[in-house]
Amino acid sequence: MTVLHGEGVSRGVASGKLRFLSRNAQAQPRREAADPEAEAARFDKARGEAIVQLAQLYVETRARLGEEQSLLFKIHQMMLEDLDYRETVTGLIRSEKVCAEYAVDQAAAQFSAMFTQMDDRYMRERAADVLDVSRRVIRLLTGREDDALMEAEPAIIAADDLAPSETARLDRERVLAFITAKGSASSHTAIFARTMGIPAVVGLGDSLLEAYSGREVFVDGTSGEVYVEPDAETVAGLQRRRAAEDERRSYLERFRGREAAAPDGRRVLVCANIGSPADLGAALTGDADGVGLFRSEFLYLGRDDFPSEEDQYRAYREAVEAMGGRTVVVRTLDIGADKQADYFRLPREENPAMGMRAIRICLTRPQVFLTQLRALYRASAHGKLAIMFPMITSVAEVRRIKEICAQARRELEAEGKPFDGHAELGIMIETPAAAVISDLLAREVDFFSIGTNDLTQYTLAADRQNAAIEPFCDRHHEAVLRLIRTTVENAHGAGIWAGICGELAADAALTDIFLDMGVDELSMTPGSILEIKARILDR
Amino acid sequence: MKRFQYTIKDPAGLHARPAGLLVQEAQKFGCAVKLARGEKSADLKRLFAVMGMNVKCGETVEVTAQGDDETAAVQALEAFFQAHF
Repeated sequence: MTVLHGEGVSRGVASGKLRFLSRNAQAQPRREAADPEAEAARFDKARGEAIVQLAQLYVETRARLGEEQSLLFKIHQMMLEDLDYRETVTGLIRSEKVCAEYAVDQAAAQFSAMFTQMDDRYMRERAADVLDVSRRVIRLLTGREDDALMEAEPAIIAADDLAPSETARLDRERVLAFITAKGSASSHTAIFARTMGIPAVVGLGDSLLEAYSGREVFVDGTSGEVYVEPDAETVAGLQRRRAAEDERRSYLERFRGREAAAPDGRRVLVCANIGSPADLGAALTGDADGVGLFRSEFLYLGRDDFPSEEDQYRAYREAVEAMGGRTVVVRTLDIGADKQADYFRLPREENPAMGMRAIRICLTRPQVFLTQLRALYRASAHGKLAIMFPMITSVAEVRRIKEICAQARRELEAEGKPFDGHAELGIMIETPAAAVISDLLAREVDFFSIGTNDLTQYTLAADRQNAAIEPFCDRHHEAVLRLIRTTVENAHGAGIWAGICGELAADAALTDIFLDMGVDELSMTPGSILEIKARILDR
Repeated sequence: MKRFQYTIKDPAGLHARPAGLLVQEAQKFGCAVKLARGEKSADLKRLFAVMGMNVKCGETVEVTAQGDDETAAVQALEAFFQAHF
């Protein structure tokens, strides 16, 4: 038995045969082509099919994992459309009278070499993209899928790392777990695995050998351990672990449908964070008491122009109707920093986390903001909707926001369109400034929701995108906890409610502390809701 | 012939996705469009050629357009550079 240690990035245990995805594409044999024109036509047909596949992959991946994870497929499409690439392939076919597969293989080697020789790390990585997209064309030409992806038997998939184009081709039913040599908790493989509910261990490094292919392995996605050919004793232990996981799930089911209450009897809402109406199903099956954070960015990302009022209205209405009377808190657009849309024409910034983002864009471009507010108010006629504003730092901002909200209500009233005049207006507390003056802000709004991800990053001056400084980013730092306590106390002092919608809301180690502070609502990824309800109720 | 110069401000330089969008923008015009930096130049309608230039932050490039719609092309491309790079 060999034990490998990595980072567990997607919970659960799995056992099965290990199948190694070899990254070395097989070289295509040089074959003479009797009719080069026919070969050129074969290439063009395969290229066209590849572009269609990539367009589908882009749409599917965007819906499942978001714009960021899907952009690569756009670049791949552009590469196949490039004149130099096409002319290099057809040129080889005609001048050397060779088959299309060989010509694509040669062109791929040529273009990837161009990138490999560059002095820029980012550009060197693009070599992998040329090879990936060329392999796609070769697969279409030969009609042969990569063997490892096509095997019928379910297996544990091992690789150096997985490209988004590979995970998208994998059949979920045949993947028991992912294990990779490279990668981190924020890598594509990890996000994909968590979204699909597949156990995953990454960062195994050189200990993951191709020689393990075909061996029996046991993967523990929680501890990050991988057992190759486990002995009988280990297998028994791991089976017990798996039974314990199953038992844990049935234990959690006991809390479904129950209201969570703090020790003093006060009701605590356990709500869902969602990114689009597609997540509403997960919120409902997750047993959410409401939606504590509905990110509205999906309406703005991955398109060429601003979304219309009508499009937005339909999406918000769908959410409030699906939640049937339970509150849906919609956060107004939080574009900027890492989330960008080209048509906003935002200038590049040295420090986007502290730049033109979120409410700052809305207040700079009131027309964009007004359109969203009108759509939100119109949806408020169909259920219980609350509006929340991100990145607040001052009372003046909140007053300006309220003026624009009043304008939206006046316009709708004049047009005779129905809306809920009492829809709650709240703000995110995610800057240290807002937490410190939360006593003043509490007089202006109906609720607070504490965004612990940004609050932590700004309070500790620790960029959350930068893995290198993770050791300096203590998620339970006393400074952050004090700001949360101050915010909740000030909310209650003014008679308004306060929730938490950042990652800390799902941190069971802090649940007791939050209840003691008097937090009224915890909002989190739908899969964690029952865990936290159990933590609150089972004491 | 119309031309403009631009100094790249994006720390990542002319990297893949915006470069791809830039190429798409250039392809909307019928005129010939060229990207030059010093001695080296590339056809702005070709992605690999543009990426191959490996243009970095702080470097100044010159874009030239020649043909019927050269004025419109230069205007659109200059706006694109300002918005993305």
